[in-house]
Amino acid sequence: MGFWNVLTTIIPSAIAYTIPILMGALGGLYSERSGVTNLCIEGLMLFGVFSAAAAIVKLQAIPGFSFVLAIVIGIAVAMAASTLLSLLHAFAAINLKANQVISGTAINMLSTAVTLFLAQTITGSGNITIVRGIIRNDVPLLSNIPVIGPLFFTSTYWTTWVCLFIWLASWFLLYKTSFGLRLRACGEHPSAVASAGVNVHRMRYIGVMASGLLSGLGGACILVTYAGEYNAGSGINGLGFLAIAALIFGQWKPLGILGSTFFFGLCMTIANMGKVFPVFQSIPTGYLGMFPYLATLIALVFSSRRSAAPLASGEPF
Amino acid sequence: MRRREIHKPLEARKASPLIVSLSAVLLGIAAGCVFILCIGKNPFAGFERILFGALSNTRRIGNTLGMSTQLILIGLSVAFAFKTGLFNIGASGQMLIGGITGSILAYYLPLDMPRAIYLPIIIVASMAAGAVWGFIAGFLKAKFNVHEVVSTIMLNWTAYWLVYDFIPRFIIDPTISVKSRPIETIHTLRADWITGLTGFSTLNYGFFLAIIMCFAVWFILERTTLGFNLKAVGANRFCAEYAGIKVNRSIMVSMAIAGALASLAGLTYYCGYSNIMEMGKMPNEGFDGIAVALLGNCSPAGIFFSAIFFGILKMGRGSLAATGIPTEIADTIIATIIYFTATNVILASFWNGIFRSRFEKKEDAAKAAMRKQGDTSPIESLTKEKFKVYAKEGKALLRAEKEER
Repeated sequence: MGFWNVLTTIIPSAIAYTIPILMGALGGLYSERSGVTNLCIEGLMLFGVFSAAAAIVKLQAIPGFSFVLAIVIGIAVAMAASTLLSLLHAFAAINLKANQVISGTAINMLSTAVTLFLAQTITGSGNITIVRGIIRNDVPLLSNIPVIGPLFFTSTYWTTWVCLFIWLASWFLLYKTSFGLRLRACGEHPSAVASAGVNVHRMRYIGVMASGLLSGLGGACILVTYAGEYNAGSGINGLGFLAIAALIFGQWKPLGILGSTFFFGLCMTIANMGKVFPVFQSIPTGYLGMFPYLATLIALVFSSRRSAAPLASGEPF
Repeated sequence: MRRREIHKPLEARKASPLIVSLSAVLLGIAAGCVFILCIGKNPFAGFERILFGALSNTRRIGNTLGMSTQLILIGLSVAFAFKTGLFNIGASGQMLIGGITGSILAYYLPLDMPRAIYLPIIIVASMAAGAVWGFIAGFLKAKFNVHEVVSTIMLNWTAYWLVYDFIPRFIIDPTISVKSRPIETIHTLRADWITGLTGFSTLNYGFFLAIIMCFAVWFILERTTLGFNLKAVGANRFCAEYAGIKVNRSIMVSMAIAGALASLAGLTYYCGYSNIMEMGKMPNEGFDGIAVALLGNCSPAGIFFSAIFFGILKMGRGSLAATGIPTEIADTIIATIIYFTATNVILASFWNGIFRSRFEKKEDAAKAAMRKQGDTSPIESLTKEKFKVYAKEGKALLRAEKEER
C-alpha cells in the first residue's frame, strides 16, 4: 500500500473524528470565554449521543418515515437536550457561585447515570443502535480537484460541512461583532463589562448554553457518522476531555482549536485504524489505544506553560 | 488556672457541614424517587429492596462493607488532593495501576510465601506504583501548569490501555480470554476468619487498611508540618509561597499520596473484592469517590460514613431486578448528591435563613420579657443562659398577649 493510499484512507477518517471534538471544543470556547469553566463537555456530548440515538431509533421505526429527516430531527433533539442539561451547570456556576469544577464533574456523572438509566428502560440492554447513519457523499465539482479533492471532498458527511460553517460563523460572531467582544470581555474582566451596562450573568448564560448546544451537536455527529450506536459500556471514551485539552492546546482561539482538534482526530484515527495498515500491525492494540491520550498529555506539556486562558474563567461574578 | 471566659456575641446558628450534607442526601434521594416515578414504578419498593439487598444478613453486610472499603480509600485520595487545592479525578486510573501491580505480583510470587511477608510486599508495591502514577499528574501541574483534571483523565485512559495490554501479556486466564486468571485465595487480601464470620462475603483486610488510612490521613493533615504546608497551599497558594512553603513540591507530594491511596483502593478491589481484572473496563468507583469525599466534607470521619452510605446504595441496587427499576438509579442518586453538594451555597443559605428567622423570633421574645422585668441592659450583653431564660419567658408573654387580643 503506497503512501498516497494511506493518506486518502486516513484523512477522511481523521476529519470524521475531528468534527465532534471540534464542536465540543468550540462549545468550551464559548463557555470559557464568557468566564465559566466548563468541564462537563464530556457529559453534554454523551447526553447528545443518547438523546439523538433515542429520537432517531423511535423515528426510524415508523414505517415510511424519511431516514434523512429522522437524522435531522435527532440532531435537533440532541442539541436541545444538551442545552437543557447545560442550564444545570449554568445555574450552579452563575447564580449559586458553586465550585465550577465540581459542578462540571457532577454533570458528567449525572449524564452518564441518567443516560444509562433511560437507555435501560428503553431497550433493556442499555445499547441503542440506529438503523442507519449518514451516507458519505462526494462533494460535486470540488472532489475533482487533484490532490485536495480526494483528501478533503470525497466521501464526506454533510454534517461536517454544517459544523465547519458553524465554526466559521462562531469566529465571525466572537471577533467581528459587538456581542462577541462583550462575551469575551466577560471572561477577562467582568466588572468592567458590567460597568459598561452589560448584563454579565446573561452573557455567561449564553456562553454556557452555547456550549450545551454545540456539544449536543458534536455528540449527535458521533452517533450519525462513525459510531452508529449509544454504547452503555464505554460512553464516548473521554472525547469530551480531549475537546477540553484541544481547547487548551489551541490557546482558546477558534483557529487554534481547529488545528489542535485535527491533530487529535488524526491521533484517534491512528489508534482506531492501526489494524488496517501493515505499518502498525506489529504494535499491540493497547499501545495504539493509549496513543491519543499520551499525545494529548505531551501536547499539553508544550502548550500549558504560557497559558492564554481567559483571566476570569472560573471566577464567579 | 481558671480559664477566662470569652464573651461571644449572641447570634443565630450557622448551618453546619453535617446539615448541608444530610440535606444533599435527602434531595438526592428525592430526585431518585422522581426518576423512579417517571418510569412508572414504586419508589418505596425500590428503596426497600436496596436496604434489603445491602443489609438483610451478615453476608450482605459484609459485601456492603467490602464495597465501602474502596470508596473510603478513594474518598480519602480525592479529599487529600482537594485539601491542596487539586481535583484528583484520576482515581480510576490509579486504581487500575494499583490493581495490575498487585495482580501481577500475586501471580508471580511463590504461593508458599508466608502471608506476613507477602501482604506488606503487595501493599507497598501497589501503593508505590500508584504514587508514581499520581506524581506524574502533580509533576505536570507543578512544572508545566497542565490542569490536573485534564491530565488525570488522560492518565486514566493511558492506564486503561496499559491494563488492556498487560492482562493478556502477564496474567491471562486461557479459558476466558478477556479476563485475568482469578488470584489464589491465599494471595488475596481475604482472610479465613473474616470470610467465615461474614458468611463468605467479599470483606477482607482492606477494610482495616482503609480504617488505618483514615487515621493516617487525619494525622498527616492535622498533626504534621507536611499537612499544614499542603493545606496552606490549598487555601491560598500565593500566600503559602510568600510564607516560604515550596508550592510546587507540595503539589507533587499531594498528588503522589493521593495516587497511593487510590491505588491501595485498587488493590483491595482487584486482589480482595473481585480477585480478577477485566480487559476494557474502567472502574466506576473512581468517580464515586469524588461523591464520597465531597459528601464527607473532606474529613476522614465524614468520608468513612458517606462511603458506607454509598456502599449500601451500590450493593443494594443488585436486588432491584425484581422491581424492574434499572440499577443505574443508584448512580443517578450519587450524581445528584454531588450536584447538590457542589451547590451547597443554596442549601447553607436555606438553613441559615431558617435559623436566623427563629433567632429573631427568640430575640423579640427576650426583648419583651426584659421590658416586663425592667432589665435595661442592652440585649447584646446577655449571656447565653440568660438569653435562653428570657426567650422562654418572653415566648409565654407574647402568646398570652396574642390570646388577649
